[in-house]
Amino acid sequence: MNIYDIVFYLFAAITLVSAFFVVTTRNIVYSAFNLLFTFFGVAGLYVLLGADFVAVVQIMVYVGGILILILFGVMLTNKITNVQIKTGTLQVIPAVIGVLLLAGVLIFKVFLGTEWKSVKTDIPVKTTAFALGKLLITDYVLIFELLGILLLVVLIGAATIARREK
Amino acid sequence: MYNLLNNLIGNDYLAAVVAALLPLFVFILPYALMAVLAERKVSAFMQDRLGPNRLGGKYGLLQTVADILKLFQKEDIVASEADKKLFNIAPVLVFTGTYAAFAAIPFSGAYIGSDIDLGLFYIVAISSLVVAGILMGGWASNNKYSLIGAMRSAAQIVSYEIPTALVILAMVMVTGSLNLREISEMQTAYIWNWNIFGGAFSGIEKFLLIPFMLISFVIIYISTLAEVNRVPFDIPEAESELVSGFHTEYSGMKFAMFFLSEYANMFAVSAVVTSLFFGGYQSPFGYLGNTLGISWLVPLEQLFWFAAKGLFFVFVQMWLRWTLPRLRVDQLMTVCWKYLIPYAFVNLIIVGLITLL
Repeated sequence: MNIYDIVFYLFAAITLVSAFFVVTTRNIVYSAFNLLFTFFGVAGLYVLLGADFVAVVQIMVYVGGILILILFGVMLTNKITNVQIKTGTLQVIPAVIGVLLLAGVLIFKVFLGTEWKSVKTDIPVKTTAFALGKLLITDYVLIFELLGILLLVVLIGAATIARREK
Repeated sequence: MYNLLNNLIGNDYLAAVVAALLPLFVFILPYALMAVLAERKVSAFMQDRLGPNRLGGKYGLLQTVADILKLFQKEDIVASEADKKLFNIAPVLVFTGTYAAFAAIPFSGAYIGSDIDLGLFYIVAISSLVVAGILMGGWASNNKYSLIGAMRSAAQIVSYEIPTALVILAMVMVTGSLNLREISEMQTAYIWNWNIFGGAFSGIEKFLLIPFMLISFVIIYISTLAEVNRVPFDIPEAESELVSGFHTEYSGMKFAMFFLSEYANMFAVSAVVTSLFFGGYQSPFGYLGNTLGISWLVPLEQLFWFAAKGLFFVFVQMWLRWTLPRLRVDQLMTVCWKYLIPYAFVNLIIVGLITLL
């Protein structure tokens, strides 16, 4: 077990444990803050896979953007911790069938059926940013431009909603 | 630096840990001690007072050490209605976010914590941990002043990240690199190679770039000032309205950690500005070590220049703090969304066109 394995298991443990608390805790603020550690752990796993750009984008977009937005929403809501999150057991048989089907597909088709490529390499020292940038403006330029238009539409929509009617 | 430590210690993991802790113990802690004192002295001189002058000679040099010793002995108070877990994690998270940014900052040609190619992008991203920590501390205190302070702080930091990122994008266009060490290396030799003077270009391009570099510098300096919650952008801890914002309920060492990360953050943003525009660790003229032929002197000189430039911008931040009144919340958002962001966008487009020439 070398240092790479130790770091991998550390990040994997952070991700899994915090993700478990995100779904089990009753306090919605705790869920939001646990989500921070889940995102952080996933970013660490990306780094270990050599995807440095994706890792930094993960922190930038999810921690810096989405998580802060969630926290804002949660904190601006008055007495959010007093809300009773209703949990109970309904419709046992359809639920069991659905879960079993999904788990079966995941385990037998996806997990066991995929040919996992495990080639032992070092973590690349060069950044992947240049290759990703080249791909974005050559092969995937249409998707890139369409996403830009989509984001512009979202921005204009948000500004229209935020602006008060005169 | 890492190789030197590795030879010295003999164990590569231990050497990595020591190399990672070096900036904290060699630079940030002594710097924060002196910066707190400097802030009090600067404010005193600007207001025609004496400032701390009892301990450590005429200039009160040991005042902060005494303050830290006092904070160590203070009782660790957690309000009974506060959320204890989050309340205790928040200062650690804020300090982690601040200190993590130092990993990609080149202190000299021989020392950079992590020489990654995405350094600048990483610094922008990891600073968001600070926002999460501030929100956590403000909410866990269970106090309306703290919560309002935290919300204001987060809204401000998130807004001002946009002009910062736009200017950084323009600088990436000019230099073609996200690695702060490489950007510093490009501004080597003499003062006119610094990016603020048009960078290492030659001919007409350089003269076309100079005015836009100045605009970029002003935009990024204003917005980083807002990101570290300093006056005139300190409405998150506006004393006259919010006691002291998100850290109202904190005492003892946890308060000291917020304080330390505030000062460390001030230096971090100054260091980024320095590396982007003012040559980073490069000397404005040649090195004494090169002239005398002593090669080990050059990295030390570089460390001196880096610290001197960074501390100068920290001093300017203090200078502004004791000169300007604070902005109102609506003025703060107007400055960001109606002025800085459009200017930064126009600047980005023009700089892009010039670099295409």
